[in-house]
Amino acid sequence: MTVDLPVRHYELDDYKSDEKPTWCPGCGDFGVLNAVYRAMRTRNFAPHEVVAVSGIGCSSRIPYFISTYGFHSVHGRATPVATGVHVARPDLKTLVFSGDGDAFAIGAGHVVHAMRRNLDLTYVIMDNAIYGLTKGQTSPTSGIGFHTATTPSGNPEQALNPLALAITCGATFVARGFSAEPAKLADLILEGLDHKGFSFIDVYSPCPTFNKVNTFKTYKDEVDWLPSDYDASNAANALAHATSEDKRYLGVFLRREAPTYAEQVHKAHTGTEADRAKVLGGMFKRYS
Amino acid sequence: MVVADPKVTAPGSRHGEVPEHEIRTALVIRVAGEAGEGIKKPGELLIQAAARAGFEVLTDFAPPSEIKGGVSFFQIRLSSRRLHTRGDSPDVLLCFNQEAFEVNIQELVPGGLLIYDPEKVTPRDTSSYRLLAFPLEQIASKELRMPIVKNVVALGGMAALFQLDSAVLYDLIRELWERKGDAVVQTNFKALEAGIKYVQDHVSSADLERFHVLPHAPEKNRMVVSGNTATALGAVAGGCNFFAGYPITPATDVMEILAGALPKVGGTLVQAEDEIAALGMVIGASYGGKKAMTSTSGPGISLMVETLGLATMSETACVIVDAQRAGPSTGMPTRHEQGDLYLCVHGGHGEVPRIVLAATSVEDCFYLTVTAFNLAEKYQTPVIFMSDTVVCVRSESIPMPDLASLQIENRLTWTPPAEGATAFGENEGAYKRYAMTETGISPVAIPGTPGGQYVGMGLEHNERGRHRPDPRTHTQMTEKRFRKMEHAVTDAPEPVTHGDPDADIAIVTWGSTAGVAIEAIDLLAAEGISACLVAPKMISPLPRHQLVAAMGKKHVIIPEVNFRGQFADMVQASFPREVTRINVYGGRPMLVCHLVDAIRDVAQGRQGTGRVVLNPIIGDLDKLVTPDDLIAPLERH
Ligand SMILES: Cc1ncc(C[n+]2csc(CCOP(=O)(O)OP(=O)(O)O)c2C)c(N)n1
Ligand code: SF4
Ligand SMILES: [Mg+2]
Repeated sequence: MTVDLPVRHYELDDYKSDEKPTWCPGCGDFGVLNAVYRAMRTRNFAPHEVVAVSGIGCSSRIPYFISTYGFHSVHGRATPVATGVHVARPDLKTLVFSGDGDAFAIGAGHVVHAMRRNLDLTYVIMDNAIYGLTKGQTSPTSGIGFHTATTPSGNPEQALNPLALAITCGATFVARGFSAEPAKLADLILEGLDHKGFSFIDVYSPCPTFNKVNTFKTYKDEVDWLPSDYDASNAANALAHATSEDKRYLGVFLRREAPTYAEQVHKAHTGTEADRAKVLGGMFKRYS
Repeated sequence: MVVADPKVTAPGSRHGEVPEHEIRTALVIRVAGEAGEGIKKPGELLIQAAARAGFEVLTDFAPPSEIKGGVSFFQIRLSSRRLHTRGDSPDVLLCFNQEAFEVNIQELVPGGLLIYDPEKVTPRDTSSYRLLAFPLEQIASKELRMPIVKNVVALGGMAALFQLDSAVLYDLIRELWERKGDAVVQTNFKALEAGIKYVQDHVSSADLERFHVLPHAPEKNRMVVSGNTATALGAVAGGCNFFAGYPITPATDVMEILAGALPKVGGTLVQAEDEIAALGMVIGASYGGKKAMTSTSGPGISLMVETLGLATMSETACVIVDAQRAGPSTGMPTRHEQGDLYLCVHGGHGEVPRIVLAATSVEDCFYLTVTAFNLAEKYQTPVIFMSDTVVCVRSESIPMPDLASLQIENRLTWTPPAEGATAFGENEGAYKRYAMTETGISPVAIPGTPGGQYVGMGLEHNERGRHRPDPRTHTQMTEKRFRKMEHAVTDAPEPVTHGDPDADIAIVTWGSTAGVAIEAIDLLAAEGISACLVAPKMISPLPRHQLVAAMGKKHVIIPEVNFRGQFADMVQASFPREVTRINVYGGRPMLVCHLVDAIRDVAQGRQGTGRVVLNPIIGDLDKLVTPDDLIAPLERH
C-alpha cells in the first residue's frame, strides 16, 4: 500500500480535482476552497495522504473539488465519520468540513464530543448563517429576528456562538476566519493542521444567494482581527473575546496543549495484529 | 420456620410422581433469588464445572429488573446430548427467598424438587412437588460466620445433588478468588464443603438417583460461553480491529469484551456518543482500511438507519450486530422477541440492499460473526448480524473453534499500475472507485495509496465517484448494488436442518426458534410424528435454494417470536403458498411443549393453514405472577 515515491513538489493545481465547483457565483465557499489549496501547498502535503470528510450542504460538497481522498457523508455526521477515519489512520491528515446547519443543528450532538475527545482533526465550518442547499432557511447561527421562509415573522431563537461552544467543549485550537481574506484564512487553516489536537475554525462564508443580512459587506464592516498583544493561551480571555458584543473578532482565540485521543488510545495498545491468534487462544482458555 | 423432616419428601402429587427415569437424559435446575444475592457467579461456576465433567450445558439468565432487589434467576440444563433450548420448566428449583418462590413455583415440573432456605421461605401448596429444606442462611451465618458465602454453600449442595466432581469446583474457586488472597479461598472452600456435606447427610441415595444425569465422556477443548461472548470472540477471529458502540441491553457485553481484547491486537474501541455516531465512526474506519464493527439492540438499529444507507451507497464494508430485545420503543430491554427482521432487512429510505445473517445458537454467534466480516469485505457492504435475547444471554458448552480452519476474506483492493506509480495529477481519472463489474464488486483504494484518491459518498454517483443524478447512472448503480446481493446469496452459510427429510411437515424458522423446533421435532418423532426443519442463517438476501424442498411439503409451519410473522411474510413473498404461522409475543421464548402441541395439531388435521397464537407462558395467565409484576420498573437499559 505504501509506495516509495521521490519527494515531489506539489503545485496549487495538484490539489484541484477535475470536478469544477458547483457553487453559485460569488459564494463564500470559493474563498475557503482556495485557502485549503494554499494551506496544503504550503506544507507540500501529498494528496493521497490527506482525507477531506464532510456532511451535507452546499459547503459539504467541497471534497469533490479537492484532489485528496474524501468522504461526503450524510447530514450532520461529518465528525463521526472523520473520527473513524482519523482513529483508524492517524498517519493521514484528516480535515473535516461542515456548514453551520450541519455542524450546529443536526450534527451538534457529535461536534461537542469530537471536541471533548481532542481528536487531532482540523474542522472548518463554512458558516453562512443560513441553510444554503435547501434554499434559504434559518440556521442555528442566524440572528434573532432573521426573516426566512421558515421564520416569516422573524427568527424567535437566539444565535448559537460557535466559538464559545468550542472553547467550553474542549477544542484545543479555536479560530475564526473570513472567506473574503483567503490568504489569512489559509494561515489559520495551516496553523490548525499543524496543531496537535482538535482545531476548530469557524469561517464567515457568506451566501449571497439566500442570506441578504449577513453579507460580504456587512461582515467587512463588523469584523476585526484580534489585537497583536492578544493572549491565546487563556480560555477565559478567549471566551470574553468570542462573546464580545461590539466586535466580531477574527484570528486565533485559543491555543492549548492537551493529550490527544489517538495518543491515549495508542498508549493503551498492548499488542499488535501479529498477536491475534495468541490473544484469541488465551480468551478461549479462559472460558474453558 | 422449622421443617420436620428435611429429607427429600415425596408427597402424593396430584399430577402423579415424576416417572422414574432409568437414566435421565437431561436435567433443568433453576436458582432463583434476589439479584443482590449474586446468583450468577455461583451459577457460572456450576456450569463450568459441569462442562469440564463432560456435560452439555445450556443456561438462561433472567436478569432482575432492578440493580439490587427484584427476582432474577439462573437456569442450567445439563445433558449428555446436545441441547438446543434452556428447557421449558425446571426439574429442580432452588429459592433463596419467598418472592423467588412465589414467582417461580408454578413453573416447577409436577413432582420436581423444591430446595429452599427454611428461614426465608414458607412453601405453600406442597402437594405437587418434593421438598428439601436447605438452611443456607444458618450454615453461612452461624456455622461459618460468613453470611456472604451463602451462594457457595448452595453451590456445594447443588454439586452434591448432581454428583459433580467437587475437585473441579475447588479448582474453579481457587482460579476465581486467588487474587483476593488465601483466606478468601479457604473460606469459600469451607462453604463449598458445608454445602456438599449437608446434602450428603440429608438426601438419601435413592433420591440422589432420581436427579442423576449422566455426562458423556469429558472432552477436551470445549468452552462455555454466552452468545454475546461468542460474538465478541468471532469478531476478534474475523479480524475486527475497530469497534465503536454505545451501551445497550442486551448487547453491551460484546462491547465490553472487545474493549479488553482489541488493544491487545492493536485495535481500537471508541465509546461513541450515540448509535448514529457509532456507525459513522465504523464507516470512517472502514474507509480507512479497517475491519470495523458496532453492536447494538433494536433502538440503536433504529437510530442507525440513515447511516446504514450511507454504508450501502458508499459500498463500505462493516458489521452491525443487532442483539434483539422485545417491544417497540424502549419496550422490554431484558426480554426476548424476534421483532427486528423488517427493520434489519428493509429499514431505510430508497432501495438499500444489505446482507442480514441470524444466529440460531451460541456457536452460530461465533461463526456467523466471522462470516459477517468475510461477506462485508467481499461484497463491500454492510452486514447485519442478528442475535436475540435467548442466544445472546444464554451460555452453552461448545467445541473450541479451530482457528486454522477459518477462512478470512479481505476486500479487493486497488493498487496503482506498476509502472509509473504516481501520485495524483499525472494519471488522474485512471481509478474508478465504483467501476462496473460482472459481480458488482469494484476494487477499492485504501487512503494512502497514491493515485487512488476518490470520494466515498452517499449521493448517487458514476463509476469515478462523481454525483450524477441522471437516469442511466441511477439505473446502472442500483443494479450494481443489487447484483452484489445476487452473488452474496451463493455464499450463504449452510442452514440448520433436522428431522426426517421425507416428512410431510416442514418447519421453516429463523434465529433461536430453530432450537425450539429441533427439540419439538425430536419429541414428536418419539410419538411417531415426523417433521423436518430448515432454518437459514442468511435471511437477506433470502437463500431460496435452501428452502425449495421444505416449501414443497404438504404442510409448512413457520414459528417465530413476534406478532406479525415477519419471517413468514418474507418466505411467502418468495414462495407464494399457504403456510401455518405460529406466533408467540409475550416477551418470552417459544416453549418446546407448545410447539409440539401445535405441530401435532397440524399433523392430525386439527389445524389447517393460517395463524396460531401461542400462550406465551406456562400455566394460567391470570394466576401467574411474573417478576415484572412484583418489582419497581427501574430497568437497566
Ligand atoms: C437527514 C436530513 N435532513 C435534512 C436534509 C436536508 N438538508 C440538506 S443540507 C441542509 C442544511 C444545509 O445547511 P448548512 O449545513 O448550513 O450548509 P450550507 O448549505 O449552508 O452550506 C438540509 C436541511 C438532509 N439532507 N438530510
Ligand atoms: S446557495 Fe448560497 S451557500 Fe449555496 S452555493 Fe449558492 S451562494 Fe453558496
Ligand atoms: Mg449554512
